[in-house]
Amino acid sequence: MTAAIRAEWTKLRTVAAPLWLLLGAIVLTIALGAAAAASLHCTGAACGVDRTRFSLAGVQLGQAVVAVLGVLVVGNEYSSGMIHTTLMAIPRRSVALGAKALVLTGPVVVAGLVAVAGSLIAGDRLVSLAWTTGSTLRAAAGSVLYLALIALMSLGIATAVRDSGAAIGLVLGLVYLFPILASVVSNPHWHKKVEQIGPATAGLAVQATTDLKDLPIGPWPGLGVLALWATGALALGLATLRFRDA
Amino acid sequence: MSFVHLLRAEWTKFRTVPSWLIGAVVAILVLILIGLVSALGSHAVAAGPGGRPRQVLLGPDGRPVQDDFTFVRRTLTGDGTLTVRVPALTGGETGLEQWAKAGLMIKANTQPGSPYVAVMRTGAHGARMQYDFSGDIAGPASAQWLRLTRAGSHFTGYASSDGSTWTRIGTVTVAGIPATASAGMFVTSPPVEVYEQHFGSAEGNMYPTQATATFDDLTVAGALGADDWQGGPLADTPGQVTRTGDAFTVSGAGNIAPNHPDGNNAVERTLVGTFAGLTVLVVLGVLFVTSEYRRGMIRTTFAASPGRVRVLAAKAVVVGAVGFVAGAIGSAIALPLCRHVLIRNGNLVFAVTTGTEVRLILGTAAAIAVASVLALAIGTLLRRSVGAVAAVIVLIVLPYLLSTAAVVPADAARWLLRLTPAATFAVQQSVTAYHQVEGVYTPALGFYPLSPWSGFAVLCLYAAVAFGLAAVVVRRRDA
Repeated sequence: MTAAIRAEWTKLRTVAAPLWLLLGAIVLTIALGAAAAASLHCTGAACGVDRTRFSLAGVQLGQAVVAVLGVLVVGNEYSSGMIHTTLMAIPRRSVALGAKALVLTGPVVVAGLVAVAGSLIAGDRLVSLAWTTGSTLRAAAGSVLYLALIALMSLGIATAVRDSGAAIGLVLGLVYLFPILASVVSNPHWHKKVEQIGPATAGLAVQATTDLKDLPIGPWPGLGVLALWATGALALGLATLRFRDA
Repeated sequence: MSFVHLLRAEWTKFRTVPSWLIGAVVAILVLILIGLVSALGSHAVAAGPGGRPRQVLLGPDGRPVQDDFTFVRRTLTGDGTLTVRVPALTGGETGLEQWAKAGLMIKANTQPGSPYVAVMRTGAHGARMQYDFSGDIAGPASAQWLRLTRAGSHFTGYASSDGSTWTRIGTVTVAGIPATASAGMFVTSPPVEVYEQHFGSAEGNMYPTQATATFDDLTVAGALGADDWQGGPLADTPGQVTRTGDAFTVSGAGNIAPNHPDGNNAVERTLVGTFAGLTVLVVLGVLFVTSEYRRGMIRTTFAASPGRVRVLAAKAVVVGAVGFVAGAIGSAIALPLCRHVLIRNGNLVFAVTTGTEVRLILGTAAAIAVASVLALAIGTLLRRSVGAVAAVIVLIVLPYLLSTAAVVPADAARWLLRLTPAATFAVQQSVTAYHQVEGVYTPALGFYPLSPWSGFAVLCLYAAVAFGLAAVVVRRRDA
């Protein structure tokens, strides 16, 4: 496994795209978060809204970049035929995919930490956040984990779908369509259900720091739903790898 | 190779790849199914009496209206003139509403929704002449005296501050008011709508208000009916009439105005699947060019037809046409089907004209078509499918999500829907914002800052710029 991880790590760090994508994710996350916080036109408790969540709204954009990285990690190998070499070197499919998942998670977590810290610093300067509360820390840590889980879900979907264009369409469809669908489902019961099962609507509940009882799902259980999506996608990807020729 | 041959070549490429054809069918299916899921998941909590769908009051032109007020009236046969002084108009506990109304009205009958013409003073918008719910003409800013004249189907409204010098507000022609009509004094005061936005959801709540006006010096020239003045609220809104000699004190609540639906009962919610269908077609648009780069096919294509921009144009026509047809089929099925399900589930769906329905369907198809062309252009620029798909979806869907799912405040949302390609979803707006109806007109409730076709033009502009860049790049760059 160590050898597999080293091999995957070498593949990731020796091409330019992943680094640029991670930098892009950081910049876009902070930029949109700062813009969302600035759009509030108020500071402190006077805003009456969840300022921490507004400051972290950039994750909505950053996740698209992270998803691109997650898809590319395996999608590029399929389009270039490199996957044959990879699987010849690491015949155990689970080890190959596991190594990819680990190597993807590390850099995404690091970039996520920078992006979230930057968003919160920018948010604090604009609307002054309540740093000391546990809920802010939960929102911060949860947002980093959220990005990592989105990357893993993308990896799983790309492995299962194989075509990177279709895979990114599917990932972004899952991420962005649930909130839009939820906004038109008017029956409160079904509205809540849609928000509870969507990867982004449930997963981003972890960013809430106020009015927790109004959330469709609790912060950590919400992130758990996204973890289920990621696990399911990876399992599907692994099944595809094992039972289909590359 | 002529352009027609190029088109045929590109179309052959598209239709002979089974997964792309399947993709186009999937786009149609998800457009319909997502709408269907949303309709099936929208059982109305408070349906109308007996579990039947709630009914919405329709005005003379078939559009939804509100018609609640207190009316003190007699019958007036033939031509005539009413003149009155309204010395006082006051509000209830919450103060006087800016669109509280008190004045004179001639109405076909006392049935809610029937044609009318009225001249009035308002809480904060001066004297006005209004007719048939959506008609509104501004008069002098301050006037206590009002006059309404009927000559056949022509009605003229006047206002005056002293009762001797009169300003004509306007003359309108209103059909549908019979020779013998109801004429008299009315008062109403619209409910205030309080808008609450939480992260990810927004709602408008209505709170009723009341207004009271005094009328004196009422004179009528014309053939009044034999009965004396009688009055009260037309519907079940609160309101009272007291008479002291020739002076009337009338209080009323409600509104006489177009009824504006919010996002929940507007017909465009049937087209929520647009985003899913659009995502699929964006993927197809990108793959239509990036797969040629990936497999080296692009070199064969350019060797066969060296006019590279023409090749790109032919590709754009093919993906645009596929996007348009898929969008048109999908939305033409989704709109009536989901509306049927919504109404069966006890939801109120505001009726729109056939023209609006056609605009919603063709506008959706056109938006998907142009988005596919934008995807093709960005795919050509980037030559990589993943980045291109993500870029186009983030450009079109994310701003829509941020602004209509009430993630950002309404002001920021309006700017997003002016500046980003998401502006194009204005083609799906069926609801109208009326200046004379106080309401919350935010993107989260279905009101776009741009008109339908100028919103669409924003997307076209993005597509044109991207296509222009792609055309330049594809000529300068080796394939």
